[in-house]
Amino acid sequence: MKWLSQFGRFWYDFIVGDDWTIAAAVVAVVAVTAAVAHSGHLAWPILPIGVAVVLSASVWRVLRSQRGASAPSAGHGPHADNGGSR
Amino acid sequence: MHSVLLVAAAFLAAAVEMVEALTIVLAVGVTRGWRSAGWGVAAALFALIGIIGALGPALANLPIDDLRLVIGTVLLIFGLQWLRKAILRSSGLKAQHDEDAIYRAEIEALRDGGGRRVHDWYAFKVAFKGVFLEGLEVAFIIVTFGGAQKNVGLAAIGSAAALVVVLVAGVIAHAPLSRVPENSLKFGVGIMLSSFGIFWAAEGAGVSWPGADASLLGVIGIVILLSFGLVAAMRRAAPHGAAALT
Repeated sequence: MKWLSQFGRFWYDFIVGDDWTIAAAVVAVVAVTAAVAHSGHLAWPILPIGVAVVLSASVWRVLRSQRGASAPSAGHGPHADNGGSR
Repeated sequence: MHSVLLVAAAFLAAAVEMVEALTIVLAVGVTRGWRSAGWGVAAALFALIGIIGALGPALANLPIDDLRLVIGTVLLIFGLQWLRKAILRSSGLKAQHDEDAIYRAEIEALRDGGGRRVHDWYAFKVAFKGVFLEGLEVAFIIVTFGGAQKNVGLAAIGSAAALVVVLVAGVIAHAPLSRVPENSLKFGVGIMLSSFGIFWAAEGAGVSWPGADASLLGVIGIVILLSFGLVAAMRRAAPHGAAALT
């Protein structure tokens, strides 16, 4: 059972990584793209625009958390999330 | 054109991961001896080739649209994590990857791991784990890129070329390849993974790209503009002194 949870944890960290909201948002945007494409409307701009919004929001959240951390006492390091090899 | 980009993306991703694996193997070899480290590397490469060999042909039998939808979505999620970290590193919100510091830390840890033996299982395990875990990302990219393009062999060629280049550079330098612009390479890999992910996920979802395959270049251009735009914006907005190195 422990092995199974470690295996699941490994794949979660491997693909989803530090920010699960990116994975959730990408799945949602792809689903919307598929729905619009199958209804016969113009769908190709949805994914690039969606990715731009999702990535900007994720990076912005890190900036906001670092601003919050550095506001009361200066000198906090740039470690808003864990290391990882990527 | 897709084939060239496919080989380039596989080459870049593999080169980045292999530079990291090389740092670990060098640390093991220098501190614990090369024999067990070599066996660890060989075993890890054998396991990775087995994974690619098993999954690659299996993917070739699946319907291309379903395959591109699933692979494109997974690749996009995976690629955005790379790109996010690269943007944070470039804008100073996250520490840069430093092979020299990692090498020194590995050496310290390995020296604490007991004395040398003829069959050094500790050295074998560390070398195996380093190469296998770093290589798993390469295997994942080969299988997904190759699967979505129905050409696992081409992605494998790109990665094999990277293996040869990094290996030769490592043998010549006999030190961590700290002069390789690893953070820039990671930025490039993040852009390629995300762009291919957008393109394939949209195609799998039923989208017809204007200009068909040529639009991949447009997608890459959009992702590059977005990434550099975010780096510039974050650099301006980042708290002062956030750009420290580890």
